[in-house]
Amino acid sequence: MTDDTHAAENQVVGHMPHPYHLVEPSLWPLFGAVSAILIATGIIFVAHYNDYVFLVMGALGAFSTMYVWWRDVIAESRTPGLHKLVTQIGLRYGMALFISSEVMFFVSFFWAYFNFFFYPSHMGYMHAAVWPPEHITTIDPFAVPLFNTMVLLLSGTTITWAHHALIEDDRRGLIRGLGCTIILGVAFLCGQTYEYTHSPFNFYHGGIFPSVFFIATGFHGFHVIVGTSFLTVNFFRALKGQFSPKRHFGFEAAAWYWHFVDVVWLFLFVCIYYLGRSAITAA
Amino acid sequence: MSSTTAPEHKFHAHGRGHRGFVRRWLMSTNHKDIGTLYITLAMIGALEGGALSMIMRAQLMYPNNTIITSGQTWNAIITAHGLLMIFFFVMPALIGGFGNWFVPMMIGAPDMAFPRLNNMSFWFLVMGFIFVNLGLLVGHGSGVGWTLYPPLANSTYQPGPAVDFTLFSLHLAGISSLLGAINFIATILNMRAPGMGMHKMPLFVWSILVTAFLLLLAIPVLAGAITMLIMDRNFGTSFFEPGGGGDPVLFQHLFWFFGHPEVYIMILPAFGIISHVVSTFSKKPIFGYLGMVYAMVAIGFVGFIVWAHHMFVSGISMDSKVYFEAATLVIAVPTGVKVFSWLATMWGGSVELKTPMLWALGFIFMFVIGGATGVVLANAGLDTELHNTYFVIAHFHYVLSMGSVFAIFAGFFYWIGKMYGRPYPEFLGKLHFWTFFIGVNLTFFPQHFLGLAGMPRRYPDYPTAFAGWNYVSSVGAMISGLSTLIFLYILFSIFTSKERLADNYWGEGANTLEWTVPSPAPHHTFEDVPVIR
Repeated sequence: MTDDTHAAENQVVGHMPHPYHLVEPSLWPLFGAVSAILIATGIIFVAHYNDYVFLVMGALGAFSTMYVWWRDVIAESRTPGLHKLVTQIGLRYGMALFISSEVMFFVSFFWAYFNFFFYPSHMGYMHAAVWPPEHITTIDPFAVPLFNTMVLLLSGTTITWAHHALIEDDRRGLIRGLGCTIILGVAFLCGQTYEYTHSPFNFYHGGIFPSVFFIATGFHGFHVIVGTSFLTVNFFRALKGQFSPKRHFGFEAAAWYWHFVDVVWLFLFVCIYYLGRSAITAA
Repeated sequence: MSSTTAPEHKFHAHGRGHRGFVRRWLMSTNHKDIGTLYITLAMIGALEGGALSMIMRAQLMYPNNTIITSGQTWNAIITAHGLLMIFFFVMPALIGGFGNWFVPMMIGAPDMAFPRLNNMSFWFLVMGFIFVNLGLLVGHGSGVGWTLYPPLANSTYQPGPAVDFTLFSLHLAGISSLLGAINFIATILNMRAPGMGMHKMPLFVWSILVTAFLLLLAIPVLAGAITMLIMDRNFGTSFFEPGGGGDPVLFQHLFWFFGHPEVYIMILPAFGIISHVVSTFSKKPIFGYLGMVYAMVAIGFVGFIVWAHHMFVSGISMDSKVYFEAATLVIAVPTGVKVFSWLATMWGGSVELKTPMLWALGFIFMFVIGGATGVVLANAGLDTELHNTYFVIAHFHYVLSMGSVFAIFAGFFYWIGKMYGRPYPEFLGKLHFWTFFIGVNLTFFPQHFLGLAGMPRRYPDYPTAFAGWNYVSSVGAMISGLSTLIFLYILFSIFTSKERLADNYWGEGANTLEWTVPSPAPHHTFEDVPVIR
């Protein structure tokens, strides 16, 4: 029996130099946390006192933190000997786990949606037990939403084009593929903006349907902005020739994130736009 | 607690990292220093949360007492007490503190996978701590309970910014936990010493791994729920507002989908510590290592599919009650595996009753009582009677304030020599244990009777019929409060001690990797990674 003891088996039989990357002390984590508390204070101040000062300060702090922190990481990754294989694998774990937690974040909004979609009687007394609520005219899923679906699916292929070009050491292809993906991301956001500004229902005091609709699609839209920014950073890194066919995890992380955003949209499109449409829809 | 000096390093680039106060404590990228910061924050959180509980027990000592006259103030205090103890004491002590200190050491790694992220986790928690205090102090305070249920938490009943501070405090603490969880999983999966397979990992490392997965998957759901609550309060949505077609029970579902895993987040690392302590002071390897591992995995998994047992009186259907009751009772099985394995580890061992072992035995004893009342409460029929009574308070304080907290003390006395290099005073340690043990039992055991007699929780007053046991309970609370003063003196005597400790001051029985390095452990423990056979 080798496995039924705790640690008694862990006899040290030798030593080897560690292959990890131990980073220098850094002030950015504290900056990041201070920015976060400023943002949180800012949202409270906007809501209660219509005062934007803290929010602006916090946002600027957060952007600066991201800039200097990632600048450090990129510099370290380009310093030979720091990011050995095991560190690169660790970064993959980190990104994959982060995306898993993001999935659970969206689970909460889909849970809210399905709570009313499957059980319309869970709505308050104002409404008959049907979903969408009787007074709601929903957005035609085959107008802008279908266009946006196609845009995102196409962007999934262009990012794969960029990835294959990168593996083939074809920098022109990488830059073109990435550029197309970014343009498609922006196109999606334009479509979303059009849809929001022409929506047949209102967010503010509009009731439960606009609440779940806007929070689910809104947070998705926010993630598209983040993903597009992530791709844009990689676009400039590609221009500078910082990626090699063997080492380009920054690019891969952005691609993973982009696919995650893409998949969330497919669920939104099917569950909220298509299955949750009213009998008569607005284009 | 800042004067540890590590031996000189071979690698100066990293050895210099801890010179100077600012570089060492504000900019740290070292798992031990960050762990120390976490433990310090946990102590502050515990003292504040404990002080609030002393105020509560003082008010409840006699009927018609007038220490706290406003129900809102009372609610603000119970809210802050709960959140402080959970998010700013138990979690930072067990996960951020002991996890940071000992996970890398036990797997033979020089540090965590993402040292800067590790530091940011800590600072986010400090920001959350500031906010939870603002929630207590701003305006009339945030009187929502740690469960934050609307409609009490919505803008109709508590329009001021205090509740928003509390909600954002959970966002900040949640981000902290989430980043910490990512860090722990990446560290454990990626940085084990050569030869240390998953089935050779010490049980504490396993407990932190399972806990980290629970955090990773549960915290974002809480984040979604409180985001929706913040939107309802401030930005005109109606997720939980029946007037706009919303559903307050939806919040309960989302909250407890996080909240139930959360209780295992607080107890699993405790299981890990207790396994090490019991094994060390029985001078025997733990009984049934693999059973212990997969019992924790099973508890973690089942913990995600039992949440609505907190909602038996919220109007969920009979079928749901049957399912959630049955699924909840299933958890007793892996928990039983753990308890019986600890007993079997002691069986036939040469048990030495040093302070950490006293806490571990206290843990097992108290946790079994809390577990048994948990089985009682898992029954939907009984819970309909006992819901929101002091029986529930007694139950979860037996598993938390005597389960998790006893394990924190066990871990503290077990490892303080490794962390600080100085011994604790054995007699005072035992005195602290016995006074605390008597105090908490006197506090919480009578609350079972109060609950069975129908005394509801979350009220600052009660009918005279409940006076007797409330008096006993308050006396118990004062005893455990005084006992804490002994602990503070113990801290003082540890930090002023001149004595030095050997690498393995527990001797035979303490055989995980942290006992192979000097006490206190050097700055980056393993500049050379140990190869394990």
